[in-house]
Amino acid sequence: MADDVGGGKPSNTGGAGHDAVDSADSASATDSTDTDSTDFADPAGPVDPLLRVRNLTKHYPITEGLLAREVGRVRAVDGIDFEVRRGETVGLVGESGCGKSTAATSLLRLEEPTAGEVRFEGEEVTEYDAAELKRFRRRAQMVFQDPTSSFDPRMTIGESVAEPLVVHGMTDGERRERIVRGVLERVGLSADDADRYPHELSGGQKQRVGLARGLVVDPSLVVADEPVSALDVSIQAEILSLLDDVQEAFGLGVLLISHDLAVVREVCDRVAVMYLGEIVETAPTDELFEDPQHPYTRALLGSIPRPDPHRRGSAVELTGDVPDPSDPPAGCRFHTRCPEVIQPDGYEFEQSVWRGVMDLRVRLRSGRFDDAVVRETAAEADGVPAAELSPERVAAAVREEFDLPAELGDDDAERVLSDAMSALVDGEVETARERLAESFGTVCETVDPPLDATPAGHEAACHLHGEPTEPGAAPDEGRAD
Amino acid sequence: MSDPLLVVEDLETRFRTDRGTVRAVDGVSFSVDRGETVCVVGESGSGKTVTGESLTRLVPSPPGEVVGGTIRFDGRDLRRLSESELESVRGNRIAHVFQNPQDALDPVYSVGWQIREAVTLHRDVSTSEARARAVDLLDRVGIPDASVRVDDYPHEFSGGMKQRVVIAMALAAEPDLLVADEPTTALDVTIQMQILRLLRDVQAEFDTALLLITHDLGVVAEVADRVVVMYAGKVMEEADVYELFDSPSHPYTRALLDCLPGRGEGARAIGGRLPDPTDPPDGCRFHARCPHAVEACRTGDQPPMVPAGDADHTVSCVYYQPGYDESVVTNGRGPENDGSEVVDG
Repeated sequence: MADDVGGGKPSNTGGAGHDAVDSADSASATDSTDTDSTDFADPAGPVDPLLRVRNLTKHYPITEGLLAREVGRVRAVDGIDFEVRRGETVGLVGESGCGKSTAATSLLRLEEPTAGEVRFEGEEVTEYDAAELKRFRRRAQMVFQDPTSSFDPRMTIGESVAEPLVVHGMTDGERRERIVRGVLERVGLSADDADRYPHELSGGQKQRVGLARGLVVDPSLVVADEPVSALDVSIQAEILSLLDDVQEAFGLGVLLISHDLAVVREVCDRVAVMYLGEIVETAPTDELFEDPQHPYTRALLGSIPRPDPHRRGSAVELTGDVPDPSDPPAGCRFHTRCPEVIQPDGYEFEQSVWRGVMDLRVRLRSGRFDDAVVRETAAEADGVPAAELSPERVAAAVREEFDLPAELGDDDAERVLSDAMSALVDGEVETARERLAESFGTVCETVDPPLDATPAGHEAACHLHGEPTEPGAAPDEGRAD
Repeated sequence: MSDPLLVVEDLETRFRTDRGTVRAVDGVSFSVDRGETVCVVGESGSGKTVTGESLTRLVPSPPGEVVGGTIRFDGRDLRRLSESELESVRGNRIAHVFQNPQDALDPVYSVGWQIREAVTLHRDVSTSEARARAVDLLDRVGIPDASVRVDDYPHEFSGGMKQRVVIAMALAAEPDLLVADEPTTALDVTIQMQILRLLRDVQAEFDTALLLITHDLGVVAEVADRVVVMYAGKVMEEADVYELFDSPSHPYTRALLDCLPGRGEGARAIGGRLPDPTDPPDGCRFHARCPHAVEACRTGDQPPMVPAGDADHTVSCVYYQPGYDESVVTNGRGPENDGSEVVDG
């Protein structure tokens, strides 16, 4: 183990260790037999995927006081399942703060996960001892976002790329140099670049070196965290196609973490979409982009500005910010922003009006509703002192704030809303909240939808695809295509 | 029509470095009308950011220096103004918004204090008037509960909210021109659209001209009236936004559009690298990476801007000069263009 990092495990692709990296032909030859047999096998079949993650959870405690008493926890990753097969690129996408990077660092045990199973090549990573973990760290490599800060400016490129070999115990300097030069050429640099320093390279070149450093120890899994988001568009395409090439040549499994859907679409075979620590949809890439089943995925796809001025203004806009992960909403975590949130039984709303009612309800629930602010704004608009506003004017101002019409189309719904408005005007926020909650309850805020098969064939966690609980719930009404 | 608000002619900005003089902006001309949105688009190293910074002398000096050209803003040449005269323009008539809102906000003061300072610096108003103005601005940029949030500190705002605060600060003096350099690049895609719409709304409301500097052609398509494409310190092409996307004329613009994922048959990288900024090549700056380059592209100066189709559409490319056949460029795009795009009506 100490002298040859590749020879530890017979089942490993490159039994010959680095010579496989040296001559990529032999590497791809050995790998292709391997990948062919697994790639087309039934995922539920006897062959383990390269990586299988089950119920992965990472909570950060929020502590208080001298004794560090736990007063809450940030649920960064809250029970996610996914797989990466050999020769496959899987994308993990979501907004910042959704937990996608934490998922990566905890599955590699760069941070200890709170709970869950991580099976890598059939072994349980979470049970590894220190020596096994070191071996695992060779087989599973991480490539980081910022190619500048991940290099020591005082080391040559060659030294940086060789460092993992040294760490993993390769003492033969000449051999190291041969391998490093070989791998630099594999990533599109010249072998002579080994003698240069990081500041002499452009961002794209540095990211190539970053990839070379990951590949030099002949891993079977590469986890790339936002590998191109610090680069220019023109360079991004280059690095992505390089990632594609080496993935094929080395038969790697790749987990690509990105907030950029265009990047994911370019290189991934499958995609998992994360929101607030959970996976809400997972599908083969083409299916996800052509027939997204979760409203969050639809919103993400719809909010990318298209390079086509003729379709200006057609983008979806989500209201509000991502909720606080230390206090995630009950039920479906996306219900506080979902444009397609399911309507309550027995009432009829226009979907956008219903979204406005939900926004009001979410605000009341959060305790951040302040009727004084509404009064002030209205008073300023009318040019009268706040105390002189009529109750009707204040109620109208609240409706305005949440884009609600002066009167709802549905009389029953209107009765509930005006009751709540009168309570609000009287400063009885709690009464208003209760009145709305008891009449306008939706399944989205009470039941956490499981990740289930959808009519499109892939999985999504959304009540729109569940059995309608009551007749007339019309689950598909809100779909915007 | 009145004169344009801003007319930049032959702008040259250089940086002295150990390795030689970098001609970051090398003879750039464009104009911005009142209330208009002009996007400057290019890769990093194209000089787009330095162009924006040169307008109000924000280029760090030394090593940077604006060495040539005129910057006519509302009838005055900003290059001829003294530093104190320029101060009355900067932040007041021309305001800047940068990529990272974190850098523009001071963590130790409340956002209200910072906006108030921006207000009182340019307007003679009382503290309570300034505060009311701060609340009003926060409200206009879409911060809920503005009268409460005005006393919060920057760290209490999310990234998207911080950028709204920065925009509110920039609008404090009701500037004629807002220069926004990659204002949404550091933000999530769902927040990006909110900020773009906000910029468009405030622009309409305040009748502000917007000079938006970006690498993202999706952003350009969403907000621009006119587009200036820069490469290695030079303008390659300038056109109305529809014209630019429907019939891109410079090989560089075409290559830039081709490397967008999801447009045509997958992304194609532009081969090669930006030229060495201390020793730019003769001829067209793009010739080393251009698939159509001929001998004439490799000699002399950057080709002059000549019309391509539409009168307002100009391009700096040999193929659009008399005696050359521009269809070499326009047909060289490959088969994916067949019927997939809607071109002229």
